[in-house]
Amino acid sequence: MNIDYTKELALVEGNPRLADIDEIITRPLTQPPTRKFYIALSISSTALLIGAYSLWLTLYYGIGMWGNNIPVGWAFDITNFVFWIGIGHAGTLISAILFLLRQRWRTGIARFAEGMTIFAVMTAGIFPVIHLGRPWLAGYLIPYPNQHLLWPNFVSPLLWDVFAVSTYFTVSLMFWYMGLIPDFAILRDKTVDKIKKTIYSIFSLGWRHSNRHWRHYEKTYMIMAGLATPLVLSVHTIVSFDFAVSLIPGWHTTIFPPYFVAGAIYSGFAMVMTVLIFVRKVFDMENIITLNHLERMAKVMLLTGSLVAYAYLMEFFIAWYSQVPAEQYDFWARVVGPYRWAWYFMISCNALIPQLIWFKKVRRSVVVLFVISICANIGMWFERFVIIVQSLSRDYLPSSWHMFTPTLVDFGVLTGSFGLFFTLVLLFAKTMPVISIVETKSVLEGSQPSVHGGSHHE
Amino acid sequence: MNENKVLHSVAALFDTPDKIINAARKVKDAGYTMFDVNTSYPVHGMDKAMGLGQSKIGYVTLFFGFAGAVFIFLFMGWSMAINYPYIVGGKPFFPYQAFIPITFEVTVLCGSIATVVGMLAVFFNLPFLSHPIHDSNYIKEVSVDKFGVVIEAEDPLFDKNKVVEFLKNLGAGKIEFIYEPEKQAIKILQPKFIVFLAVVAALTSFSTYFTLNKLMYIVPFNWMDNQKKSNPQSETNFFYDGYAMRTPVEGTVARGFMPYPFHEQALPSEPLANPTLPTKQILKIGQEKFLTFCSPCHGNYAEGVSRLMGQFPPGPTLHSAKIIGYSDGMIYNIITNGQNAMPSYAYQIPREQRWAIIDYIRVLQRAQNPKPSDFQAIKELNKESGKNVVN
Repeated sequence: MNIDYTKELALVEGNPRLADIDEIITRPLTQPPTRKFYIALSISSTALLIGAYSLWLTLYYGIGMWGNNIPVGWAFDITNFVFWIGIGHAGTLISAILFLLRQRWRTGIARFAEGMTIFAVMTAGIFPVIHLGRPWLAGYLIPYPNQHLLWPNFVSPLLWDVFAVSTYFTVSLMFWYMGLIPDFAILRDKTVDKIKKTIYSIFSLGWRHSNRHWRHYEKTYMIMAGLATPLVLSVHTIVSFDFAVSLIPGWHTTIFPPYFVAGAIYSGFAMVMTVLIFVRKVFDMENIITLNHLERMAKVMLLTGSLVAYAYLMEFFIAWYSQVPAEQYDFWARVVGPYRWAWYFMISCNALIPQLIWFKKVRRSVVVLFVISICANIGMWFERFVIIVQSLSRDYLPSSWHMFTPTLVDFGVLTGSFGLFFTLVLLFAKTMPVISIVETKSVLEGSQPSVHGGSHHE
Repeated sequence: MNENKVLHSVAALFDTPDKIINAARKVKDAGYTMFDVNTSYPVHGMDKAMGLGQSKIGYVTLFFGFAGAVFIFLFMGWSMAINYPYIVGGKPFFPYQAFIPITFEVTVLCGSIATVVGMLAVFFNLPFLSHPIHDSNYIKEVSVDKFGVVIEAEDPLFDKNKVVEFLKNLGAGKIEFIYEPEKQAIKILQPKFIVFLAVVAALTSFSTYFTLNKLMYIVPFNWMDNQKKSNPQSETNFFYDGYAMRTPVEGTVARGFMPYPFHEQALPSEPLANPTLPTKQILKIGQEKFLTFCSPCHGNYAEGVSRLMGQFPPGPTLHSAKIIGYSDGMIYNIITNGQNAMPSYAYQIPREQRWAIIDYIRVLQRAQNPKPSDFQAIKELNKESGKNVVN
């Protein structure tokens, strides 16, 4: 297939009319769930139940049910936390940064990616809380006037994390909901079902498509994008401070913030791609989530994957250049030590496999992209595993070296996190418009006045 | 259509974005001010056609973002440097560099919440589900693929027939009259509502009771109340005597502690000497402990007239010549070992405090039998301070 890249591609293929857009996007909401949906939901909710049982064991008997030990006090729990927070980054990147960069192709995927951000951050948020041991006392992390007359330690990166993740979740949720309000209004005006109408009326807040509202709405959307852009970069930066501010060899490096952010975007795009390839197939949305979208996302993955690969190499160089024996040993142990298999997974999935995206044939093949995105997800999970477990198990004193062996409960919680995420994604796809109706309509050919007096409506 | 209803506005539908832009411009040029354009997505150039300026919402973001930043920065500084200063990792009490991440996050949080909530609740006055435009055919068509203009009846230039004519001339497809919804009187004392309130009250009380008294004390949330150990004063099956508390082995001496040499001897052969000096502080402690432990029987001034008179064997006065004649060590021995009906206070009053009580008893005795020199001293004090110290 030859594409002329000098001309902007149609964002929506097949030249549908405005009314068709409503039809295509709301189809999953109006039709009864199919057999495929139930199969998918039963798989994901089974995983969710496994996770719930493992969590129950963890809460009842304590975190001794996990394989964590001294010195490997952070293991699957924090690995999963960083992994899911990273997944969440693609949504805000697509909805905020690409919006500011006037990348109009984001329209087709923004809503879904934002939804995935919310669910990924919700999933991620579980892990630091259960890691507390007595998670019902997590409220102590919030600075409120209390009977102990104590405030939290504002100098600790772990507390910065609390602020960063909760701010990120709140802002993402508002951004997402704000985008949904006009869509809910459209659904409200469309539906004939009384219960649905009540629900949509409540969530649309009585939106009436007024241009006097659109004027502020569009400005607010841009301000929110402007606020979310530095926010999304700050969140993984602060997550990386959890490690970089400590003194463990392999953690105490200044490259961590940009390296973590690039890795987060890489893994986030991979997850968005994995899920979207499914969704466009299952719900017949290939006209709106086109191959061009996937190709562009693949290019972002190539860029961020290469940045991550550069960071891997730079870490080794700095370890050698620093002349710190513990640091040098730690990185050498990644290649030849007991956890080398995890390192090989990481290098091949994150640094080598995405290089295939240089080839146009690969970029435009849905099957290959799907495989690459799955690899990227696996690779990024192992990257966090290598950073956390490998570094902790090989610190300064050889006498304190200890291996980490995960227990069944560890795997159960990991399975449950996927179960929660995919259950929420499936329910989202069935109950809300997974593509922004408003934005898709506004980029449709012929939807804007042919001659409009002067400035763009921003 | 019902003629009794109050007309809210006249709405007209248009088919294409070009037509709606043109219509909006014409409506504005005709001098109407209370009109609106409804489109299911933002149409480019509409603000200009309607004569709307730039949105001012950015100032809300600026103000609240900045306020949040200043507040949290000062709050962190206050809590860590003033309210409860503690040293963390040898850092200074006011490490402003380490406050930057949270300051940034709170800026974004406050700015964005204020912007979104401000836009929806203040700028748009949402939620507003009872607006007359809702449920009209007009809004149902607008939300799919039509574009609409509404001119409200409250506009000073509004005239029903003229407006309809005007909109038809602009090329409107369909024209609809939108009426105010009928006002419904809401009765607060409906039985349904009262039942609802009762159910809410019952549920709230029950869940609060359950959470505070039951849920917080079940395993594993029980604040470590149930532990595999025996608490003091409790029973146990582990020891033959059933007591969880154990007494020390006979003859045990605590480290750094010399046992009282005249234990259970009424007349110590060589009474101890008082190690304290009757300073103000010591006398204050002595007074406090005397009033706590001695005064119930001996009286507040050691005069032997006490508040337990008649209910308990009376304590003798401490102003008798015999007791004035006792050495400090002898009194100490009596407090420590007890005498006649008086029990031992060795376990209730620490050693230093026993000596302080003796110092205070001496003060009380002296006050009952003052010497001429005492009056002289009081006179001199009065002269110096200019006050009457005795009173």
